[in-house]
Amino acid sequence: MPSAHPTPRRGSVVAVVALGGGLGALARYAVGLSTPDPDALPWVILAVNTVGCAGIGVLMVAVTERWDAHPLVRPFLGIGVLGGFTSFSAYAFDVHHLLEQGRTIIAALYLAGTVVAAMTAVWAGAAAARRSFPGQAAP
Amino acid sequence: MSWLWVFVGGMAGAAARYLVDHAVKARADTPFPWGTLTVNVLGCAILGVLTGLSAHGGVPEAVRLTLGVGLCGALTTYSTFSYETLTLAEAGERRAAVVNVLVSVAAGVGALLGAAALAGSW
Repeated sequence: MPSAHPTPRRGSVVAVVALGGGLGALARYAVGLSTPDPDALPWVILAVNTVGCAGIGVLMVAVTERWDAHPLVRPFLGIGVLGGFTSFSAYAFDVHHLLEQGRTIIAALYLAGTVVAAMTAVWAGAAAARRSFPGQAAP
Repeated sequence: MSWLWVFVGGMAGAAARYLVDHAVKARADTPFPWGTLTVNVLGCAILGVLTGLSAHGGVPEAVRLTLGVGLCGALTTYSTFSYETLTLAEAGERRAAVVNVLVSVAAGVGALLGAAALAGSW
């Protein structure tokens, strides 16, 4: 949809992405501190990534299909907060950690299960947003 | 103090992800999300090096928090990866969507395992 907002300067975009990324990383760290047991199943990053993927599904429908949001909203929340909250490296680290412990089957289940959970979450988030928010029908 | 390390690393990681994604998109004029694939593999490789080095106990906690949890954590992303995969699938590019998932997982996890093995053997 055409935007009524002027295009923001590149420096402003980088600044809000950085601020959002710092906050997102802090939130991920805070969730991780709530389960300090290193031998526990890697629920923390699985949950963080699933929640973050549902969040991006909702956000992207909201700002690209429903509302003419301020042009810094998507970089701040999408690229910054949710991008910094979710993590591919922490996911890969969990796989490595499980393999090091000799829990090969759990590692394989975690590897594939995260992909399934993430894709289901982003799809469900976008679908729920298209149903819930007023606006034109989904393209 | 640990919160500050994570925050600073997260800021740098997210900003770097945005800039690298932009630079890659400017060079590769294709709907395939090469930018996100690049940062995810790069971040996994850096975290792999840290993981390998820390096996010898040589990585201070502040470095692990800044570079591992903050920088690598925020340089890489699962939300943009999943959203771009969904976008490919919704645009009818089903094969590209499946390829993106398989290549991202194989290259990302492979980069971390390989880098950890290399750095751990030093």
